[in-house]
Amino acid sequence: MTRDRDDGRNPLPLVLFSGTDDRLTAAAVLAVGAAAMGRRVHVFLQYWALDAFRADRIAKDHGAAPEAGPEGRAAMQRHGGQHWSELFRQAKEVGEVRITACARSMEMLGLSMEDLDPLVDGQEGVASFLLAAGDGGITFI
Amino acid sequence: MGATVEVHRSIDARGMPCPGPLMSLIGAVREAEVGQVIEVWSTDPGSATDIPAWVRKAGHDLVEVEETPEGTRFVVRKAR
Repeated sequence: MTRDRDDGRNPLPLVLFSGTDDRLTAAAVLAVGAAAMGRRVHVFLQYWALDAFRADRIAKDHGAAPEAGPEGRAAMQRHGGQHWSELFRQAKEVGEVRITACARSMEMLGLSMEDLDPLVDGQEGVASFLLAAGDGGITFI
Repeated sequence: MGATVEVHRSIDARGMPCPGPLMSLIGAVREAEVGQVIEVWSTDPGSATDIPAWVRKAGHDLVEVEETPEGTRFVVRKAR
């Protein structure tokens, strides 16, 4: 069972900032793919991405980035597929995926852990996230 | 394209977008016993690269890939 893990040597650190469904879906696809390929994934939620993980809002329509336009939104709806929250759930099932909330964003939005979907494992500061991210690059979405 | 391998479980993931078929396959491989063979049907173009990449990384065997007008069939043996 160790061959589909890489001992965390090559983690994928993702910082999620945007709270629109298109960007969250793109991030979730990266997370689930990395988890399937044995990479440790660490997701850090800031600002509007954190807001989208609120338990009472996670399943609601979060819109799309401005560049989507009406045609892009229609294409997204036509394509369908699984919701990004379900993809993150799958990522956690198949691999080592930790999702944390930025403590500063929690404070700004007036949130406590009980307000968030159980997908979120805890909250932490940026230094703690960077320590876990290792020496590689960070993907900001 | 003689399908002579005995398939223990067949998954129809046609119509699911990427990475749906791969995730369905991973779930089935986890539930299977070593040596069992699983086939997954996909119409997702990403599967053509993703399923072989995952099978290699996870250390299983890709027994067959068959392209048909109804979709692509990937046959995987759980090797460990």
